[in-house]
Amino acid sequence: MKFPHPLTPILDGPMTPGVLAVFKHLDGTVDAIRELKSTGHRDFTVYSPLARHELEIALAQPVSPVRAFTLVGGIAGCSIGAWIALYMSYDWPIVVGGKTIGSIPPYVVIMFEMTVLFGALTTLLGVLFNILLSVRQRGRIAWDPRFTNDRFGIFVPASGTQVTRVESLLKECGAEEVRHA
Amino acid sequence: MTMTEIRAPDRAHEGLTYDRVTRIVARTLGNPSRGYYVLLGSAVTLLAIGVICLLYLLRYGLGLAGYSMPTYWAIYITCFVFWVGIAHSGTLISAILFLFRSGWRTAVYRTAEAMTVFAVMTAGLFPLIHIGRQWFFYWLVPYPNQRGLWPNFKSPLVWDEFAIGTYFTVSTLFLIMGLIPDVAAIRDVATGWRKKLYTITGLGWRGTNDQWRHYRPAYLYLAALATPLVLSVHSVVSWDFAMAQVPAWHETLFAPYFVAGAIYSGCAMVITLLVPMRRLFRLDEIVTVHHFENLAKLCLLTGMIVCYAYTTENFVAWYGGPTPERAAFIYRAFGRFWWAGWTMNICNAFLPWLLWFKKVRTNITALFVISFFVNLGMWMERFVIIAVHLTGEPFEPYVRASYNATWADWGIMAGSFGWFFMWFLLFVKNFPAVSVSEVKEELPPPRRAVAGAARHA
Repeated sequence: MKFPHPLTPILDGPMTPGVLAVFKHLDGTVDAIRELKSTGHRDFTVYSPLARHELEIALAQPVSPVRAFTLVGGIAGCSIGAWIALYMSYDWPIVVGGKTIGSIPPYVVIMFEMTVLFGALTTLLGVLFNILLSVRQRGRIAWDPRFTNDRFGIFVPASGTQVTRVESLLKECGAEEVRHA
Repeated sequence: MTMTEIRAPDRAHEGLTYDRVTRIVARTLGNPSRGYYVLLGSAVTLLAIGVICLLYLLRYGLGLAGYSMPTYWAIYITCFVFWVGIAHSGTLISAILFLFRSGWRTAVYRTAEAMTVFAVMTAGLFPLIHIGRQWFFYWLVPYPNQRGLWPNFKSPLVWDEFAIGTYFTVSTLFLIMGLIPDVAAIRDVATGWRKKLYTITGLGWRGTNDQWRHYRPAYLYLAALATPLVLSVHSVVSWDFAMAQVPAWHETLFAPYFVAGAIYSGCAMVITLLVPMRRLFRLDEIVTVHHFENLAKLCLLTGMIVCYAYTTENFVAWYGGPTPERAAFIYRAFGRFWWAGWTMNICNAFLPWLLWFKKVRTNITALFVISFFVNLGMWMERFVIIAVHLTGEPFEPYVRASYNATWADWGIMAGSFGWFFMWFLLFVKNFPAVSVSEVKEELPPPRRAVAGAARHA
């Protein structure tokens, strides 16, 4: 039995039809997001060369679940740190420096370092997992290389009669270029 | 009202546009100039000297290093602590100043972060060189030996291994995370083989709202994790000494003293690297005098803490009870290695006072010269703490041997500088040395209202 490649929908999937708008101005992009939301659009994508609070506020997306990855990783790291230090001490009990076999204060250093290490690694995993998941859900959508440089962009999935309505809405908000993609 | 609306835009970047920032950073990745090749060639030559000395050391053993009873920690451990210290300001600038929303960091943090990663890479070599039988390096890994005995987790050397391992991993992750949007920005203006390189290393970044939504909090969490890590790593390094009974090592002051010293030397190294890089890559528009002044202020703050620490430890040695402690400090000031002790005092405790003057802080040539002497002083500080205090320790008065570093010691130390600068130079020529997306965050965003007003003016 052949399993489908998990990245196929991202790399080779069919293009989602829709409208791509290129914006020069941030406030125009924010206006367009608000207009699109007020007309019932929810699944559009906004491109930006930098993170801006104005866009975050206009989009009002739910909080990223990455924080859960960090928390679980941190707790796991702390527990693993405590476990290795204590297990290794009791596995061959030998008194060192007049301290008890399982002496907690020196092991706090190991627990702390492992908390940070695992927390950081799971944060990275969390970002990769969540971004890949969202890209996979959206499928292949139109994009423009200017979006990593100096232009903002909005892609709205649309077909049939929707296209002209979305195009005129985006133009009214100040899009400098609108194309059917 | 959002945070960006409250915060005034960074005046240092007046007149820049988003496109201009991308182009300036992309320009640094063009064909290397002759000056770049001269610097890279010098670094590789130094590295070659170090490698030859290391090969001799491998062949003839640690007898080739200048160890003599009771000085068995010397140049290699000095270099280890020096390079770990250099690494610290990188994470300070990238993580702690990120949490403090300090806008000026955006122009310099990539340099500092890259410096951190390569400095830890350099530092990591020295415990391996120091152990003598490098092919048994894996004995450092916590696994039981043939008799089932595990490492001693009460030993600061084991803490140090965990601290440095974690620090290297986390600072590398932090560097890579920051690079992703910037590599993507360069990818979209690059051509040829570089476009292929950045297409792979950009990891498919397109700047969608979904990507930013997960990326920004993750960056914040990494910064939040890295912040206590910065403070912990050099504290743990200081405990390698402070947990021992050697006079002038056994001090509770050591952790904050080492952390302040580390950030002091690290900021100086950022200045040492940024001055030629700014000129070589024509980054004057992005890295301005304002940034150098802020780095100098950081140097001033940490330099004052170092000065205070020196005063305190000398005072405690004089005023406190134990005579060995007093003997150690007299040896530091007037013993055989008086020159090292006074170089350290002058460069680290007296030199930063010059930075109180704005004229000095805003003079890039002066800062470059001061940064060189700070690095010299901080290397000497570690040499004094480690080699000098071991040589002069008063517990074994029957030992009359003195410590003399050999050509192998100096060669390997020179090689470490070559190794560090080689990686740094290769990095800045192949990856964006200044953050593209974060410098853009400091610029006023293009707005229709502003554009309209300008047209009607």
